[in-house]
Amino acid sequence: MTPALETHDLTVAYHKRPVLYGVDLAVPPGHLVGIMGPNGAGKTTLIKAVMGIVPPVSGWVKIFGEPASRALGRVGYVPQRESVDWDFPVNVMDVVLMGRYGRLGLGRRVGAKEREIARACLEKVGMLPLADRQIANLSGGQQQRVFLARALAQESDLYLMDEPFAGVDATTEAAIVTLLQELKARGKTILVVHHDLTSAQQYFDMLLLVNLRVVAFGDTAEVFTEELLQKTYGGRLTILSKIAQEVKNQG
Amino acid sequence: MMLLLFLLSVLPADAARISDVTETSALEQAVRFFTFRDPSLRLALAGSLLLGVSCGLLGAFLVVRRMALVGDTLSHAVLPGVALGFLWNMTKDPLAIFTGACVAGLLGTMVVGWITRTTKLKEDAALGLVLAVFFGAGLVLMGMIQRLPMASKSGLDKCLFGQAAALGGGDVKLMAVTTAATILLLSVFYKEFLVASFDVAFARTIGMPVRLLHGALMMLLAAAVVVALQAVGVMLVSAMLITPAATAYLLTDRMHRMLVLSALFGLCSGAMGAFFSFLGSNLPTGPCMVLAASALFAGAFLFAPRHGLVVRWWRRRSRNLQVARENTLKAIFHVIEAGGFSREGVALEELAARRRCTVDEAQREVLALVADRLATMDKARRVVHATPEGWRKAQAMVRNHRLWELYLTNRANFRADHVHDDAEEMEHLLDEETVRLLERRLDFPERDPHGREIPKVIGGGGGER
Repeated sequence: MTPALETHDLTVAYHKRPVLYGVDLAVPPGHLVGIMGPNGAGKTTLIKAVMGIVPPVSGWVKIFGEPASRALGRVGYVPQRESVDWDFPVNVMDVVLMGRYGRLGLGRRVGAKEREIARACLEKVGMLPLADRQIANLSGGQQQRVFLARALAQESDLYLMDEPFAGVDATTEAAIVTLLQELKARGKTILVVHHDLTSAQQYFDMLLLVNLRVVAFGDTAEVFTEELLQKTYGGRLTILSKIAQEVKNQG
Repeated sequence: MMLLLFLLSVLPADAARISDVTETSALEQAVRFFTFRDPSLRLALAGSLLLGVSCGLLGAFLVVRRMALVGDTLSHAVLPGVALGFLWNMTKDPLAIFTGACVAGLLGTMVVGWITRTTKLKEDAALGLVLAVFFGAGLVLMGMIQRLPMASKSGLDKCLFGQAAALGGGDVKLMAVTTAATILLLSVFYKEFLVASFDVAFARTIGMPVRLLHGALMMLLAAAVVVALQAVGVMLVSAMLITPAATAYLLTDRMHRMLVLSALFGLCSGAMGAFFSFLGSNLPTGPCMVLAASALFAGAFLFAPRHGLVVRWWRRRSRNLQVARENTLKAIFHVIEAGGFSREGVALEELAARRRCTVDEAQREVLALVADRLATMDKARRVVHATPEGWRKAQAMVRNHRLWELYLTNRANFRADHVHDDAEEMEHLLDEETVRLLERRLDFPERDPHGREIPKVIGGGGGER
């Protein structure tokens, strides 16, 4: 089967300093994949390189067997919440409609059909009642839901999400997890940058451990081992590995 | 728009300068302004309106993209281009000056990008550097031109502070073209500019030509600045970019409305600037426009419906008054409750003792209640009665207070002696819906943590919004 996402020898550098070395990856479709690693491990960079936001120094990316630049229309992207100015003069609906812009084509205007789709996506994340609200007047969790709805509006087959759980309340986190499971059940592939080791096992069926390179990639059961986590997070983070062990012991 | 078309349709080939006009009274000047008889005046006004619109539209994008300083730098960076454009064939050929200035402006922004990419300097420092260098070079070149022995240079010195009266037919035509191009591009590619401004990384992932859009915005900006130069001047053109947009930003939180408002404010500033400049017999136009734009900004800053200073002050004031009213009602309730609900009237002295204030102050508070028909006062006996409406409100306040105290002690594990102050605040804020929720959560309690009864409020009530 064609991988949903495939990279070969992907290397990315900022100001000539490599932050991600030789990433070889083949993500089979229909999986919910957690991308994990310590701060500065290159998780966000990996996503940005796949999305073509930062140019790689070497290597290539294929999405559903096609060069990434041609297949970006099949990819939905959820950036980190802090990456935008939430005082920007748009409301919730405006942001979600942006998910449709890619399909509309240059110079084409948003129509009734787009609004219908956007409303449905807002409904899915429980934000429809706030559709007319200015985005500055949202809580962190609500802002994250808006970004999620925008990605849903892209109606993609592959989703890349950069820390959708960062700084959100427990209700939002649960809602997002349900949504991700639902997407997976519909055959979508989702890659999620995640920080919390304690919930990783429960959320994801595959894990990608990154620390400037790919440390491990595979089924969660195989990858979530003390040895591999130790290798990813390094000896200095013994507390994390202890937590991981505890969680594992709890089953 | 019709006015603009009219003004443009009567462009004379060779406009006299307003400065040729002899000294006249302000009234006569005003009459002449509004009759639009003077051809050079028509040109000046058309130019001012056009530049107001284009600067307003582009400025809106600068402000939301946090690029206000870019506009400032760009406007200063065009000066050497203006001088070189003039030196090209030693005439004030609008096209040569336009081209030179655009090239200089874009070069300036490119240098900024180059410095930030190759050094560790941040954008603000790079902008400051480029502004200074280009502006300095421009001033030197202008100084050299001033010493050249020729007549054609006249008016070029207006580039610093602006003189709308110095606009020629060619200048205004150029302004019309750039403004039309701006309106056209921004309306056709509105959604592209919107998404690229809000979330540039996302825009790239959905295949928006982000670099092209940015480049187009910069080109339009350079063009707008350059054509505005003669009327507003290098020093202040950035204010025409930022001030109308900032005003609009305070008044709305939707981008398309902000664009329209910003263009409108730019238009008004342009017209007012041209008018006052004319009225004062050739005061520099640029400063007049900027003062007009700033006056509009001050108006929005003070009176904007939601964020305006005055409005916020007024809202705070009426809130405080309401809290005071509600506290007085509550005091009436407390006095009557202390007496076991055996009587209905409360003496002013009792109220003052309860409120810990003087009798005069208590009377003033009561009179405020009377004015709102929440209480009546027997002037002779100095006794206060709550009206049914007032009594209901008083009950609601006490209920809110005691419910909240109970919630804090039972559900949030506060100690009973820690909850009073918080409840003093919250009693005024709880709305009916929250009260119902609290009651349900607390299983419809009858007594507060201090053992006092929680009053039942007949027919709803509570904090008014």
